[in-house]
Amino acid sequence: DTSLAEVNSFSPSMPISPSSMINQYKFEDEPELRDLFITVDDPESHITAIETFITYRVVTKTSRGEFDSSEYEVRRRYQDFLWLKSKLEEAHPTLIIPPLPEKFIMKGMVERFSDEFIETRRKALHKFLNRIADHPTLTFNEDFKIFLTAQAWELSSHKKQGPGLLSRMGQTVRAVASSVRGGVKNRPEMFTEMNDYMETFSQKINVLDKIAHRIYKEEREYFNEMKEYGPIHTLWSASEEDIADSLKGVASCIDKCCKATEKRMAGLSENLLPILHEYVLYSEILMGVFKRRDQIQGELDAKVDALAHKKTEKDLFSEEIGKLEDKVECANNALKADWDRWKQNMQCDMRSTFTNVAENNLRYYEECLATWESFLASQTVDLHVEEDSEDRP
Amino acid sequence: MEDCLAKKMEITVSEAEKRTGRNAMNMQETYTAYLIETRAVESQIEGQCAPVDSLWRRYSEFELLRNYLSVTYPHIVVPPLPEKRADFVWHKLSADNMDPDFVERRRIGLENFLLRVASHPVLCQDKIFYSFLTQEGGWKEMVNETGFQLKADSRLKALNATFRVKNPDKRFTELKHYSDELQSVISHLLRVRARVADRLYGVYKVHGNYGRVFSEWSAIEKEMGDGLQSAGHHMDVYAASIDDILEEEEHYADQLKEYLFYAEALRAVCRKHELMQYDLEMAAQDLTSKKQQCEELATGTVRTFSLKGMTSKLFGQETPEQREAKIKVLEEQIQEGEEQLKSKNLEGRDFVKSAWADIERFKEQKNHDLKEALISYAVMQISMCKKGIQVWTNAKECFSKM
Repeated sequence: DTSLAEVNSFSPSMPISPSSMINQYKFEDEPELRDLFITVDDPESHITAIETFITYRVVTKTSRGEFDSSEYEVRRRYQDFLWLKSKLEEAHPTLIIPPLPEKFIMKGMVERFSDEFIETRRKALHKFLNRIADHPTLTFNEDFKIFLTAQAWELSSHKKQGPGLLSRMGQTVRAVASSVRGGVKNRPEMFTEMNDYMETFSQKINVLDKIAHRIYKEEREYFNEMKEYGPIHTLWSASEEDIADSLKGVASCIDKCCKATEKRMAGLSENLLPILHEYVLYSEILMGVFKRRDQIQGELDAKVDALAHKKTEKDLFSEEIGKLEDKVECANNALKADWDRWKQNMQCDMRSTFTNVAENNLRYYEECLATWESFLASQTVDLHVEEDSEDRP
Repeated sequence: MEDCLAKKMEITVSEAEKRTGRNAMNMQETYTAYLIETRAVESQIEGQCAPVDSLWRRYSEFELLRNYLSVTYPHIVVPPLPEKRADFVWHKLSADNMDPDFVERRRIGLENFLLRVASHPVLCQDKIFYSFLTQEGGWKEMVNETGFQLKADSRLKALNATFRVKNPDKRFTELKHYSDELQSVISHLLRVRARVADRLYGVYKVHGNYGRVFSEWSAIEKEMGDGLQSAGHHMDVYAASIDDILEEEEHYADQLKEYLFYAEALRAVCRKHELMQYDLEMAAQDLTSKKQQCEELATGTVRTFSLKGMTSKLFGQETPEQREAKIKVLEEQIQEGEEQLKSKNLEGRDFVKSAWADIERFKEQKNHDLKEALISYAVMQISMCKKGIQVWTNAKECFSKM
């Protein structure tokens, strides 16, 4: 089977970290059949007369037939990702399109082009493309393929086709308006349940996001104080003789615990914080998806209402209504399937993320425990030696 | 040590009580009184339970006792009292003297003080100390009657001596430097420890927020619900565990604080030595100058410039009779001075000898106590880590079942 053979020839020199590889597999439905591998890396700054912006390298390796080549390397900027997302939303209004990292971060002291900001964004963009690649429907989207493979000028010209920004904005306005107006009336029970669930979930995930940030902040402040704590003991040991070793031992323990706490913090920021943030964005996306479904339903309902008052042209109307009914059915089915998939992934993500948090903390406490226990052992050995020497005449 | 009071008598400060009364200016005041209970140990060996004697004392009486001991035994490193006001507090602790936690820690500190005095080979034999423990009424008057306040050296005198002394015993100079360093490093340590405690408290307590959110979230989940709910419970346990941990650490801080205050007691002994040495140097200097004056008057030569010499030149020479009288006075003074110098020398040497013996005793005590304190700190950290491991192991299990 040539596709499997090419998957196995997957080059190990790809610049992905092991943890992100695992992440890719985590939300994979059938990992053995994966045939599209995407990485986002190598941010580069571009300065023109008008603006400064960052591009990211997007590398794609694939064994799919519909791709002309098995490997592509392109550079994309944030705008391009925004474009891709809107095209996907357009093509699949009731599918759950993965979230993009935000344009700016208002809170926090992260500057627009600071290394931290760029790295956070890079990771999120990487996640975005891989979530799409894993999606059973979205992975075969034509705009997605163009995004991954087209050179810069090709993409620009392709972008110029299709509905413009204004018409896209109009769509959203109409969606909001119609959901306010009518789509809620005949909404099937299932979607009302989804909506209610999402409202609560959204609240809770936002609170969790805040809690996680608070924990990170507190751990960082603790780390900062700990950095000063150990060295004082070393300083003290310089004026002592008998207890100098004990003091130095305590200093060393505190310093080791300090490093362990730094690792714990890193674990939080690499794992929990990005996932919670992604799901905060997901909750907004889902509310939008529900509205769009309502809007599609609303179109049907409006036509049905209109038919009730029509005397002539009933046949024409019936045909239109038939089409709209199909549209509603498609939309509902797509959403239902994608919702189930999303819920499963969410459960999986939450389970593994929080388990990872617990493991992180366990590692931290185990390291600290080992450090203090070995110090204690060294002290009690000294005591025994002292006692022995006292017994001697 | 066989005679040490602590071996013969059980001493505890068992209770603390809020009282109101009138102070020296007849204004109402609130203060805390501490119950000192004593019981003879000997009778216990015979299988009988000796009766407990008890009396109430307030902090100011402890202060009076300590002042008396410091003045009466200046060559002894007198154990310090626990702090008068709460210092080195982190935000959770109250800086209020009436706060029950502070009162409790002070109670323990006062008991520790009494036990230290009672186990000191010299101090435990003091009658005033014994009466402090056993005689409720009239103790204050008894102390004042000793007139110890008159023996106290003025602060100004001591400061003057410190600056001007020429040849203090090198060991005392080193000891003074050591006590300065000790004080500086322990205060720094206590300050940072308080900040670390504050931050640690924050980390633990924030995890408590998980509990409620997980619980509310679990209400909308089917499969994840149980895992979330039970994980939340463990997060609550985690958050609550910090209170006991930090309370225990407070006792460790108190152990360090005792030695912070001991640094001051060490300095007091050094100051006394400097004062005595300065006194000695001044007396020697005075004697030398008197001898010189005597010699000048006897031989009629003025070797050094003196105002007297000038005035006598200005206002005329003295008669031989006047000179004789002066020489006689000076010779008497010189003889007195030589005796005084001899006794001061002896005093000084005795002081150095006995002070140094107590300082050696103190050093051993300090090394032993501080080493134990550091070990107990390690034990506390180990306990905290074990608790953390347990909680997060439980939480991990709940999460993996989500």
